[in-house]
Amino acid sequence: MSAPQLIDARGPRIMAIVTFFVLGLALLFHSTLLIVWQLLAFATAAIFTPPQGIYGRFYRAVIQPRLKGPVPSEDIRPPRFAALVGTIFATLALAGLAFDIKPLFTIATSLALAAAFLNGFFNYCLGCETYLLFVRLRNRHTPDYEI
Amino acid sequence: MAMNSALVLAIVILAATAYGTWHKISRGKITARNNQDAAFTSEELGSELGVQATLVQFSSAFCQPCRATSLILEQVVSKVPDVKHVEIDAESNLELVRRLNILSTPTTIFLDRTGKEVARAVGAPKRDQVINALNQLQRI
Repeated sequence: MSAPQLIDARGPRIMAIVTFFVLGLALLFHSTLLIVWQLLAFATAAIFTPPQGIYGRFYRAVIQPRLKGPVPSEDIRPPRFAALVGTIFATLALAGLAFDIKPLFTIATSLALAAAFLNGFFNYCLGCETYLLFVRLRNRHTPDYEI
Repeated sequence: MAMNSALVLAIVILAATAYGTWHKISRGKITARNNQDAAFTSEELGSELGVQATLVQFSSAFCQPCRATSLILEQVVSKVPDVKHVEIDAESNLELVRRLNILSTPTTIFLDRTGKEVARAVGAPKRDQVINALNQLQRI
């Protein structure tokens, strides 16, 4: 596999914790403003890469200079994938609010919230657990074995 | 703030904590298997089998611990003689992934000298546990 672009691994985890709190408040207060804000945060991270997203810029400007110790590095692609999945769920949550479909808002926000919580506090890797399943489902009509 | 929303929030956090804890405990554990169907040939592997054992690691692009796993296994094979590490991109080998029922990455399959699966680890395994598993394999 080709050499991946590496970033400070602490960034995505801190971003996930911020995301968890934002989505938690959004869920409690059914806040359109917070969902729109989080959608922008996810979308900028997915489109421009996590360090160039809203939370990434905040992390690099405010938090990173204050952290001490060795800098763990990680591949940029897994957190970018997670941001893309987050963008989809935040869009669904926003649609739920806009069209007054409460269950859609609650389920989409809860799933994004759970993923952010696991990522931030358990170092959970969303891409590891879901990407292969997604690819397998997408290609399920091709024959399993060819002789 | 609706009571219902607070309840949903509490349930989501509890469920995620339970899942996260289970996940942390189970990932990386090496479990013994005796799967006759999952025999590998060197053609399927894309390279020759190791003399004593082969560690076949399935990886994917959006997988952070895959890199760590790769480093750990490379370190192990540099210390343990006659063991080979082969990394396979899961996405481009879906037939193999389906046949071996691989659901997430990294998944490492331990093959004996004949190419039969004898153990597997889902998630990044610990270096010492990999060495232990290989020692047991070589005693058989």
